[in-house]
Parts: sequence; C-alpha cells; structure tokens
Amino acid sequence: MPKAPPDLFTQNTSLKDNRHIYTVSELTQNIKLVLENTFAQVWVEGEVSGIGRIQTGTTFLSLKDSNSLLKCVIFPSNLNAVKFEIKDGLKVICFGRVSVYEKTGQYQLYIEKIEPKGIGSLQLALEQLKEKLEKEGLFAVEHKKPMPYLPSRIGVVTSLTGAAIKDILKVLDRRFKDVNIIINPVRVQGEGAKEDIAQAIQDFNRLNQQVGMEAQIDVLIVGRGGGSIEDLWAFNEEIVARAIYNSRIPIISAVGHERDWTIADLVADLRAPTPSVAAELVIPKKEDVSHELDGFIGGLRKGLQDLVLSLDETMDDLIHRLSLNAGHIWELNRTQCVSATKKLTLLNPAALIPQYKTRMLDLAKQIYVRMDHLFKLKNSQFFGLIEKLSSLNPLNILARGYSVTFKMPEGKIIKEAKSIKTGDTIKTRVYKGDIFSKVTEVS
Amino acid sequence: MAEIKFEEALKKLEKIVEDLEKGDFSLDEALKKYQEGLELSRLCSQRLESAKKKIDLLVKNKKGEFELKPLDESKIEE
Repeated sequence: MPKAPPDLFTQNTSLKDNRHIYTVSELTQNIKLVLENTFAQVWVEGEVSGIGRIQTGTTFLSLKDSNSLLKCVIFPSNLNAVKFEIKDGLKVICFGRVSVYEKTGQYQLYIEKIEPKGIGSLQLALEQLKEKLEKEGLFAVEHKKPMPYLPSRIGVVTSLTGAAIKDILKVLDRRFKDVNIIINPVRVQGEGAKEDIAQAIQDFNRLNQQVGMEAQIDVLIVGRGGGSIEDLWAFNEEIVARAIYNSRIPIISAVGHERDWTIADLVADLRAPTPSVAAELVIPKKEDVSHELDGFIGGLRKGLQDLVLSLDETMDDLIHRLSLNAGHIWELNRTQCVSATKKLTLLNPAALIPQYKTRMLDLAKQIYVRMDHLFKLKNSQFFGLIEKLSSLNPLNILARGYSVTFKMPEGKIIKEAKSIKTGDTIKTRVYKGDIFSKVTEVS
Repeated sequence: MAEIKFEEALKKLEKIVEDLEKGDFSLDEALKKYQEGLELSRLCSQRLESAKKKIDLLVKNKKGEFELKPLDESKIEE
C-alpha cells in the first residue's frame, strides 16, 4: 500500500494557534497604514506620463524616471490651484502622501501640490496659455481693432481703489477734461478677479447694444496698477483673454508697469505700459485737436484764397494773351489786307494801259517799219515791172520801125496773110499813128 | 451729417483742405468744397465744445438692468 501522502495541513497544526491569518482587507489596511505613516508628506520628482482624467475630475498620472514608475492621483480640489497644464513629458516636483487604493491594492501618490521643475509654476502656466492662444490667433494683428480718434465715452474696467483709476482720471482730466467716463468697478486680484474683469468687459459690450448711437462707449481701458506677478495674475487668465478678444469695443490694456507683459496685453487692441499712459493713448489733448482743427480751417480759407488768387492770375493771363492775340491777329489781317490791296493794285487793268500803250506803239512801229519795207519792196518791184513792161511795149518796137496790122473792124492782129481777103480793111499801126488800107491782093 | 463721427468729420475736413490746396477745382466746385469744409469744421468745433465732464459708474440693478450712477470722485481719493 502506498504511503499516504503527508498531510501538509496537519503538519502545521501545532502552529495553528500561533499564526495570524489576515484577510486581504486587513493586510491591505495594514500596508496602507505603514505607507501612510511612513510617507505622509513626501516630495518626489519625476516625469509625467500617461495622464488621464475621469468624469469626477480626478486626474490620474504616473511619475517615472529611468527605472521606476509611480502611480499618482490628483483630486479636483487640489487641481484647482494648479495654474499650468500638466502634460506628458513634463518634469515636475510633487508633494503629497503615499497611500493604497484598496480595491486594486495599488499604492499611489496622492498629489497635493505639483510644480514644474526648473521653471516657476505661474511662468509655465503663462507660457502654456500664451502658446495656446497664439495658435488660436487671439494675438493676431489682423484682429486688432482701430482706436477711435476722439472717443465720446470711455469705459474703464478696474478697481475703484488703487492707483490705476486715480491716474487714469487725473490724466484724462488734464488732456480732455470734458470727456464722459464710465467705470465698471471690478476686483483686480484674488478670488473672483478674473470673472469680474471678463464680465465687466462683456457688460460694456451688452450696454452698447442696448443704448443708441449717441451713448455708445467708444473704447475701453482694462487694467490695474503695479503689483507682483501673482497680483497681476487675473490679467493672465484665459477667461479675461477671451473676453478681450470677443469685445466689439476696442480695448486698451493697462496692467502694472512697463516691464509687466500679461496675456491681456497681448490680446488687447492696444497695450499701454501703465494706466496713465492708457489715458494718454485713449484721447488726444483737447488743445491739440483744437489746434489741428484751427489749422484745417485756416487751410480751408487759404486753399480757397489761393484758388481765387490763382484763378485771378489765370484770368489776367488769359486777358493778356487774348489782347495780345487780338493785336497779333489784327496785325496779321492788316498785313494780309495790305498785301491783297497791293496785289489788287497790281492786277488793276488800268495799270495795264501804259503797258498796252507801249506795246501798241511798239507794234505800230513795227507795222510802220514793215509797211515801209514792204512798200519799198513793192515799189522797186513795180519799177522793175514797169521797166520790163516798157521793154515789152509794142509801141517801143514800133518806134524802131516795126508796125502791127489789125483786121478791121474786129481789130484782130493779123499774123497770117490768109486770114484776110481782098477787099478787107486793115489798119496798120506805126510808131506814130494808124494807117487804114484796103487789101488789093493777098499772096 | 449730424451723425457723422468726429474723426470722420476731421478726416473729411483734412481731405477737403488737401484737395483745395491742390487746387484742381473750378471755382464753383471749390466754393462747394469750402462750404462743406466750413460745415464740417463747425461740427467738429461743436463736438469739442459740447462735451461735458461726466464720470459714471456702471452698475446693475436688482433686475439685472444696467444703470449709470454718477461717481463721487471723493470716494476714490484715499
């Protein structure tokens, strides 16, 4: 028979009365007590990882370094005081107690305070918010509204106590004492300040929607006097930044001193280094405006005067040129007239008479010469002919003893004997006288 | 014209003065501009002179309506 297996439980029965058996809860409770007593107030540094939040607002995260990881919890009540955004990768220093979450048996650090390592908490918060708003375009130059030149009503968001409001009123009184100022008093630091400031800006915008054109608030000054960075903190809050961004009324920020740059300054349409300067920027000096206006009125008068003077000069000039031109034209016309008259005179037919006369005389002379010539020519021809004629005159032959006989009564010259018969009467002409004969014989 | 903003009026006035100084106008036009300029300058002067010093506090009454209450300046002095 095999040996019965050893009874493991019976083996220890002797110890049964001495041993203490915890329930899980008991043990966990004990561990919790030990941890809580030992690590009731510890500082621990590490890198944030695996951050998450559940609906109740409790935040879970882990802190880690190169070797280890520590689970952490932040309850909402402790988170409210944290100005910056806890992000993965951020190096932080935490303060709290170590305890155990009994349900999971997990030990964890319950963080009460958390600070960024190496940089101030507020500073980090500022940087983070700045980065975020910058990305959203809240600082964009395109969004900046122009300042009115001469506001009728100036809204002021600040505290009624403190230097800022006094400075603003003093400077406004000096520059333009008649301006209408409306103050919306707010807390500028501590509890409720950021909400007050944001609300006041919204109120002014709402008021503008409710009142007519004549009661519009033209510009807002939002700010406070100098103080510590914590004092000025409300002006670094997102709610204030968004109220400024969403305002339809242009806003001049005026927070603290020259060196203080808040997020409100970055979002505002115009940043004044101090409240006093804001009051200087918001409105021109009345006497400067008056002076400018006088200058314009003077310019207006002078402009018209100059125009009239210049028109006058132009007119004089025109008249001068007109008369000059008229004289010129007259002279031109006169010359033309004279020249035409001259031409006309030259063309006068009467003027041609002597010319024709000369020509006529000339021609007459020519005729005379020619006639004379012709006459002489004809004369000589005539005498030539006469001479010739005389040489041909039969009488001249007769003179030499010849005679000529004519048959009578016809008087026809007889050249042949047979042309006559016996008994005919003939006439013979001799040089001197005629002889009548009767033919007796014809041979 | 009565609703015109001061700076608009001032800008218009400035423009008119500039225009007149350039002098590219007929006399009729120039006279018209001059008259307009005088009117604008009158408005501006009026605006400068008519302002009255007034400091109010913006407060909300029980109904949540806005009210303007004159500020007692002595309260500000510490």
